[in-house]
Amino acid sequence: MMHEKTITELAAGLQAREFTSVELTQHFLDRIGTLDEDLNSFITITPELALGEARAADARIASGDAGPLTGIPIAHKDIYCTSGVKTSCGSRMLHSFTAPYDAHVVSRLREAGAVMLGKTNMDEFAMGSTNESSFYGPVKNPWNRDRVPGGSSGGSAAAVAARLCAAATGTDTGGSIRQPASHCGITGLKPTYGRVSRYGMIAYASSLDQGGPMAKTAEDAAILLQAMAGFDERDSTCSETPVPDYTATLNDSVEGLKIGLPREFFDAGLDEGVRKSIEEAVDLYRSLGAEVREISLPNTGLAVASYYVVAPAECSSNLSRYDGVRFGHRCDDPRDLEDLYNRSRSEGFGAEVKRRIMIGTYVLSAGYYDAFYLKAQKIRHLISDDFRKAFAEVDVIMGPASPTTAVALGEMADDPVSMYLSDVYTVMTNMAGLPGISIPVAPVEGLPVGLQITGNYFDESRLLNIAHRFQQNSDWHKTMPEGV
Amino acid sequence: MSFDQSDVEKIAHLARLAVPDEEAKKLSGDLSRILDLVAQMEQVDTSAVEPMAHPLHMTQRLREDRVTEENHRELYQSIAPATENGLYLVPRVIE
Amino acid sequence: MHWETVIGLEIHAQLATKSKIFSGASTAYGAEPNTQACLVSLGMPGVLPVLNGEAVRMAIMFGTAIDAELGRRNVFARKNYFYPDLPKGYQISQFELPIVGPGHVDISVDGETRTIGVTRAHLEEDAGKSLHEDFHGMSGIDLNRAGTPLLEIVSEPDMRSAREAVAYARKIHQIVRYLGICDGNMQEGSFRCDANVSVRLKEHTEFGTRTELKNINSFRFLERAINYEVERQIDLIESGGKVVQETRLYDADKDETRSMRSKEEANDYRYFPDPDLLPVEISDTLIDEVKATLPEMPDVRRDRFESEFGLSGQDAESLTASREMADYFEVANGIAGDAKLTANWIMGELSAAMNREGRDIATSPVTAELLGGMVKRLADNTISGKIAKDVFEAMWNGEGSADDIIDAKGLRQITDTGAIEAIVDEVLAANPEQVENYRNAPDDKKGKMIGFFVGQVMKASKGKANPQQVNQLLGEKL
Repeated sequence: MMHEKTITELAAGLQAREFTSVELTQHFLDRIGTLDEDLNSFITITPELALGEARAADARIASGDAGPLTGIPIAHKDIYCTSGVKTSCGSRMLHSFTAPYDAHVVSRLREAGAVMLGKTNMDEFAMGSTNESSFYGPVKNPWNRDRVPGGSSGGSAAAVAARLCAAATGTDTGGSIRQPASHCGITGLKPTYGRVSRYGMIAYASSLDQGGPMAKTAEDAAILLQAMAGFDERDSTCSETPVPDYTATLNDSVEGLKIGLPREFFDAGLDEGVRKSIEEAVDLYRSLGAEVREISLPNTGLAVASYYVVAPAECSSNLSRYDGVRFGHRCDDPRDLEDLYNRSRSEGFGAEVKRRIMIGTYVLSAGYYDAFYLKAQKIRHLISDDFRKAFAEVDVIMGPASPTTAVALGEMADDPVSMYLSDVYTVMTNMAGLPGISIPVAPVEGLPVGLQITGNYFDESRLLNIAHRFQQNSDWHKTMPEGV
Repeated sequence: MSFDQSDVEKIAHLARLAVPDEEAKKLSGDLSRILDLVAQMEQVDTSAVEPMAHPLHMTQRLREDRVTEENHRELYQSIAPATENGLYLVPRVIE
Repeated sequence: MHWETVIGLEIHAQLATKSKIFSGASTAYGAEPNTQACLVSLGMPGVLPVLNGEAVRMAIMFGTAIDAELGRRNVFARKNYFYPDLPKGYQISQFELPIVGPGHVDISVDGETRTIGVTRAHLEEDAGKSLHEDFHGMSGIDLNRAGTPLLEIVSEPDMRSAREAVAYARKIHQIVRYLGICDGNMQEGSFRCDANVSVRLKEHTEFGTRTELKNINSFRFLERAINYEVERQIDLIESGGKVVQETRLYDADKDETRSMRSKEEANDYRYFPDPDLLPVEISDTLIDEVKATLPEMPDVRRDRFESEFGLSGQDAESLTASREMADYFEVANGIAGDAKLTANWIMGELSAAMNREGRDIATSPVTAELLGGMVKRLADNTISGKIAKDVFEAMWNGEGSADDIIDAKGLRQITDTGAIEAIVDEVLAANPEQVENYRNAPDDKKGKMIGFFVGQVMKASKGKANPQQVNQLLGEKL
């Protein structure tokens, strides 16, 4: 079926005129119409725009001017500004916000000929690990409708898992691509900080945010990343490091690959079933010729604590622009300026966002800056050093993306600290700015498990290569949830 | 570490968030627990460590001094809650 | 009680870049509201700042000109607070690591020179403007100005009188205009002075509580505001009160300072390094380039005008008050070849004409080339001083160069002794009575009476007779 095909397969099919982009797009739109009412993975669907783009893609294909993404229907996490199209960031604050411009990532994918089906659901302002904080309601995990899909890119993960799009974009600040990819049984990559331009990607924590691809396979992710990555002069934190051809090295051998398993990731906090799946996956790499050794990332225990200082601090400032003056939600009949601010912001933001703004404001406030923010930035340095030492010994680091499989809807919604602690394996990567990918391995009791692979700076090629080699020797990435 | 009622008020004001009384108690509880989590940072001595603000060792790129933006007031204000004569309207600002 | 005044100034100079500090929006003054407010200026979700290299260069120029340490690695920080003219809810400024460190300038008051310390100067973005006209009880916000680059220059609290403060402010004003980094227009708000004022008893070493004075838009008001505030504080303390640390607005109409209501509760700005920007590294290359292209600074130029052109200290000071004036002088003098004469004409007739029409040296119809050409003809005796005034007026009215006008109107001075003598003889012959009276008059009255004959000769020669020769010949013949 068309929706089961990879991007590579779809591109070949379009090229061979087996079907058109219009047909393919309509096919996905129909599936969304049928299946998404329950899953709630989309906030906005853009059928007319999509079909228009599909027609244009078909013309390009006909004239021989097609690339690997031309005519391929994708979805964008609703954190990316899309010109003329609602961009809500999962929040009431931007419920009525039509973005007046395109994010860099959106422009690049459009130039590559990708067709946008719509905007996916997400935790409000990217803050959350379960996609339950969205103003537009929670997203359901396609593998088990009583479970969360993970967050904050839960909508993108669920949409890809349910084959409602060929691929999707996500963002990752503390694990928001890798963890939902893990919970939904798909492949999700967080690039090195600075690899993908943040221009037009609504900011949560500026020094941690990074956009990346979410797809069914590593090869698909490579194709998407190829279009997304690269220098953009509008983002001062964007790197000028040249972008390699990610697909060229996918098939490289992993013979002699040195894999490190951090002992801190395999402690009592890790679910037994998940541990087994991860170990099995690592065994597969052994069988392909990789060497595996134990390493240590000693400051793992401080990762969550320090992350939950840095991220809220930056977000508390980034979200100050939402004041009801130039865009976004404004309260009715403000009595005075203070009332305008207080009420617009309180009405516009949900509980989790408010909590993080409060924590962020507190840790930056007079008298606390050194003890909290500065200290957290120092711990960041320690964490980076841990990785640096590790990469002197090994090529990549592997472990689980999450200590458990997807939790039940409602289970963590009211318990922020538990939710934060579940980010333990992913936040470190963001704090150090390293790239990381999550690929599906053996599920536990029907729920997907993700193997997280972390690489050195700008080593996305290697991550995609070893993920691809795994997928050439296993079928987990090919399985689909029931009923989709 | 505790985040008491007066902390909530002070911080909420700095952040321009209105916290109704019903919510204040729960909020101060949640925030206290989060601060307890954060307090784990004290486990390590960082007196000899430099803070790391950015993952990459890059320095700021400089832009050429050229006007590259055109007037798009109509488009940008089409999404504004309240404007008049090209100005954004807010409740009277008293100096 | 003997009181000492302590003053520090914070000056915000709007840098004369074409585009804003963090975006490519225009900084041109006077545009329709919000027509120069791009996505970045508006703080739209998802946009990011990119630093204007020219703003960095201008800051380095200033730092070099005041002999300051430069912040080789400087960092932008967010200053967080809520106000409608601040779209992001924070201002991008610099906090712990500014681009310019400690420096100094010399000021002169009553002939005495003092050195005033500059603590630091840093780059930041300007806010927009609130228009308080009534829009049904609402204020209107214009964000055209939001994002314009500012250089905030902070002095040490080294000034001890309002006059010193004004001298310092004028000095900084002169420096930024000489460097071409700021147009210094206080009315338009491109050069803003805030004063921190406190008093203490002369014996005390600790500073008294200070107040911050704002809303001062001329040097005259700066002096008045400080004087008012000093008196207010002294009166307050002497009557048993205490000075409250606060911000006060200067009211020019009432010539008083008033405490600002509401806006100033102790603001916790929660400064932290802006994560959307990276540390700015100032390279040796940039510093060398700036040093090499720095224009001659006012003090140095003034000294050179004294030594090279033999001008008096006062003339040199006047001519180098602005770079435009000094440039004008050098061009004009280059043509005229007579420094003193050129200087007199610039400070005399030219200045008077400019004042009359409210023009400045940039918009003077008499360019440096034109003036130089005229002064040259005066210096080489082609025309007399009186004729020169007519020539000047004609040039001002656009009638061409001095030579054009002299030829067109036949204004060449008559220097031929024979010709003048002929006219003198005619005049004497035509006025026998006056001649008789003159010859019979006492010596002390002769000086005045000769004026009549001079006038007649000048009239007969249509003003073109060389006055010195006329006087000499009359003296011989009478």
